[in-house]
Amino acid sequence: MTGGLNRRALLLGATAAVGAASLGGCDQLADTPWFSRALKAGDDANLFVQRLMLSKTTLAREYAEADISPWFKPNGTIDPVDAPYKALAANGFADFRLEVTGLVETPLRLSLDDLRGLPARTQITRHDCVEGWSCIGKWTGAPLSALLDRAGLKPEARYVVFRCADTMEEANDGSPVRYYESVDLVDAVHPQTILAYEMNGAPLSVQHGAPLRLRVERQLGYKMAKYVMVVEVVASLDGVGGGNGGYWEDNGYAWYAGI
Amino acid sequence: MASSETQDGLVQARAAEGRRWVFRHPAVIRAAHWINVVCLTVLLASGLQIFNAHPALYWGEVSTFDTPLVSMTATETDPPRGVTTLLGRTFDTTGVLGLSKDSAGEPAERGFPGWSTLPTEQNLAGGRRWHFLFAWIFLLNGLVYLAYGVATGQLGRRLIPSRDQLRHFGTTLREHLAFRFPKGEEATRYNALQKLTYLIVVLGLLPAQILAGLALSPGFNAAAPWILDLFGGRRSARTIHFVIANLLVLFVFVHVAMVLVSGVWNNLRGMVTGWFSIETGAESPRAQTGGEA
Repeated sequence: MTGGLNRRALLLGATAAVGAASLGGCDQLADTPWFSRALKAGDDANLFVQRLMLSKTTLAREYAEADISPWFKPNGTIDPVDAPYKALAANGFADFRLEVTGLVETPLRLSLDDLRGLPARTQITRHDCVEGWSCIGKWTGAPLSALLDRAGLKPEARYVVFRCADTMEEANDGSPVRYYESVDLVDAVHPQTILAYEMNGAPLSVQHGAPLRLRVERQLGYKMAKYVMVVEVVASLDGVGGGNGGYWEDNGYAWYAGI
Repeated sequence: MASSETQDGLVQARAAEGRRWVFRHPAVIRAAHWINVVCLTVLLASGLQIFNAHPALYWGEVSTFDTPLVSMTATETDPPRGVTTLLGRTFDTTGVLGLSKDSAGEPAERGFPGWSTLPTEQNLAGGRRWHFLFAWIFLLNGLVYLAYGVATGQLGRRLIPSRDQLRHFGTTLREHLAFRFPKGEEATRYNALQKLTYLIVVLGLLPAQILAGLALSPGFNAAAPWILDLFGGRRSARTIHFVIANLLVLFVFVHVAMVLVSGVWNNLRGMVTGWFSIETGAESPRAQTGGEA
């Protein structure tokens, strides 16, 4: 039986070696253009199938007051270094104006009071971070659909881009790369998609994205841009950042974050 | 080549000296098996990568950051240590869990070590891409396998123990644990222990694993809120997803070990070409016991 054992040991060794080498080889494979494109096919399938499963008005689950997390983990930027933002914050955002621009009939400039004057929506929802943790919070804000209705979409409008105040990194030319995100019109006009100015009954704090934070409840946290300054309606994401529709998307994450 | 049907509907052919060949695995099942090998390997390694983005598990809908069920961290001490907590108990797991060497050989804070994850470096976005693509392939492969298995009757024949097999379950268990494998006619089918194990894995663990994965999708949660209740919340679902992954790893270890001890080349040939060789003439101990009944 020694022959059998040797063969066994050989086979085990070979399997282990092939296993280790193939995991390493996977890294190289993922760097090739064709396989990198193939890997994105999974994201495409996620979007396609989830759009079939979700109606335009299917709501994310809403929770009770008692479910609100005692501590809601702040993540991403929690204190923007940008001077223009700091100036706005120092003044309690009294000088803040949200711009609604791009492919709209009537561009808007809205103060926080203007936004508070719109019919508000309050929702207690679960925030799911792509990293793998969740917190429940209560959000109050203006439905994005109300803003888009008021501005009026042009026929070629397809996506809504959010341009934010917080610098994530410096571009090669030294200019700041500030956070940006986007949703398509399905999510833009979803009833739970709001620009929140209140969290848990109090004005939104700086660490959670004051003065305005996007809520897109059927997707992961990185879609929910904080420090939103500009809402820009576009026909294509090609001209937005690196062309993938968001800061994290340009760093490899899927544009559709429903999973 | 003359062929005939055995009791389990397997085609037998080509008698050799003291042995005979049975056609054990149809092409669809062989293909499904090897596609599964690739899928489960990629899903495990990319799953560990995803786990590493927040190497902690909780129960319920939300994270209770101070009281995780499981967590893997590195201490602030000099030198740092890798620490794993499991249900309130703390273990030093330096070098493997919590703290391990990165590709440059430097100690780095990681849940699972780089050699076990896909991609090797910390890369959540990359891990997710691998995970989702191979989850789709795994799902489609599984559906083809199930449809084929049901349509041809292979599924029931392979996974459901017959009444006589169940009657002799105790004997089978003892023989299996003693690594005494059946010969003759009895070797043409899986024994009750094998069938029940495959049944639990194929129709229990694997579907549950897919559901637990889907419960982690906020989009799927909106479409099917019942899935959150099924698992007791999204954070519970991630914990269950992790536990089932561990059970699948355990199954693979036992499965590969049994393949090795029960005739590795014969088993491998069977799953590659379909043809499996069994000893004729000698009655298996199980069949003898069966003869008394």
